[in-house]
Amino acid sequence: MNTILNAFAEAGVLLASFDSDFLAIVGLSLRVSLSAVLIACLIGFPLGAAVALFRFPGRGAVALMLNTFMGLPPVVVGLIVFLILSRSGPLGVLGLLFTPTAMIIAQAILVTPIIAALTRQIIEDLWGEYSEHLRSLNAGPLDTLGTLIYDARFSLSTAVLAGFGRAIAEVGAVMIVGGNIDHATRVMTTAIALETSKGNLATALGLGIVLLVIALAVNAGVQIINAMGARKDAIA
Amino acid sequence: MSAPQSILPLEVRQLVYEAGGTRLLHDINLTLNHTQRTVILGPNGAGKSLLLRLCHGLLKPTSGEIVWRGAGTRDQPIRHQAMVFQRPVMLRRSAHANITHALKLRDVSRSERPERANAALALAGLSDLADRPARLMSGGEQQRLALARAWVTEPDVLFLDEPTASLDPAATRAVETLIEGFHAAGTKIIMATHDLGQARRLADEIVFLNKGRLLEHAPAKQFLERPDTREGRAFITGDLLW
Repeated sequence: MNTILNAFAEAGVLLASFDSDFLAIVGLSLRVSLSAVLIACLIGFPLGAAVALFRFPGRGAVALMLNTFMGLPPVVVGLIVFLILSRSGPLGVLGLLFTPTAMIIAQAILVTPIIAALTRQIIEDLWGEYSEHLRSLNAGPLDTLGTLIYDARFSLSTAVLAGFGRAIAEVGAVMIVGGNIDHATRVMTTAIALETSKGNLATALGLGIVLLVIALAVNAGVQIINAMGARKDAIA
Repeated sequence: MSAPQSILPLEVRQLVYEAGGTRLLHDINLTLNHTQRTVILGPNGAGKSLLLRLCHGLLKPTSGEIVWRGAGTRDQPIRHQAMVFQRPVMLRRSAHANITHALKLRDVSRSERPERANAALALAGLSDLADRPARLMSGGEQQRLALARAWVTEPDVLFLDEPTASLDPAATRAVETLIEGFHAAGTKIIMATHDLGQARRLADEIVFLNKGRLLEHAPAKQFLERPDTREGRAFITGDLLW
């Protein structure tokens, strides 16, 4: 029990000291995960909306894939990205392995299905409601997509949140493709794993607390945005 | 919107619509001209909404043809039509933005949209509610907004599917006044209703449907006073139709 209490105390000191190494780790975590979520949104919103709206051969299979890939094991994704980016892999010449870019790619692959699958569900529901009006206005595919994504913006922020939660908390993929290199590719989750195995429980716990606080802040932010949006635009 | 450029008359030829193996509309033949207000009358399940949706192009006929014969039919006829539904579809935006959205889809330039939207809101008596989220408005206000949103696109033809079925008498009156305004401005009105009172107030001609068949197409006065068919007489007197 003492160990835990000591760890909490030391974690507090660490947090209060604004240690530069510590901040670098937190910063890299945010950079990698936010970039991955941004890329996943750019792909996942249109992809999910397209699967919701358009009838094409294999549509059911795509929807099934998206739902299945929501639960992709991070280590498997890490391994595949590793194989592709390694020296002998197809994209080995780019020299991306063990860089933050490789970590962004791996997390984007993890997050895209989550955002696409949730987007599909949200847009499909809204399309059921809007379809006759938009078809009556003779809206083309792009206008239809734009209208639905815009009007679903608050529901979609929940999907983004789910994606970010997945990315920021994930260890396996970034460990494999990043390598947990100090001052280069070390992020909060890989550092926690390392420090725990080294017995530096305080550092590990400090990072864990920061991770939780970030998650809390992001969720609170989205909740506030939604509440404001609900008042302004009647999203319900 | 004057007659020479209109997409009307509308000609419906041997129209059949089936869904799930059931024939819901049987062999409808109908020609509608641009001057008269047409009310499609009939009990629930007669196929009124289906006929409107088929004419508007929201549904594809199983067989038969829907042809816009007017000189104004150049590009896609649906761009010269608008439809107002029983339950208005309100975008998750302000009343004003609901209208500018429709204008955008009609390729009206960005600079023109706000002013035209304001004019439409004024017409519907909604100027004070311009910034109100559309989905927080009352049922009557929403239906008036739907009419303003249809009006702003300057359609040749306005389809209305039981637009007042879920409104109270005052809201119904406001909506009917707006419909009269469309008619006065030269827009062809094609409205489905099962409300005889409304048919009396608004119809120039009646298309009477029952069980997916067109039974009568007559001037309103003639149909409402002396229907030709047994089903028509039963509907007018409020008897159940079997």
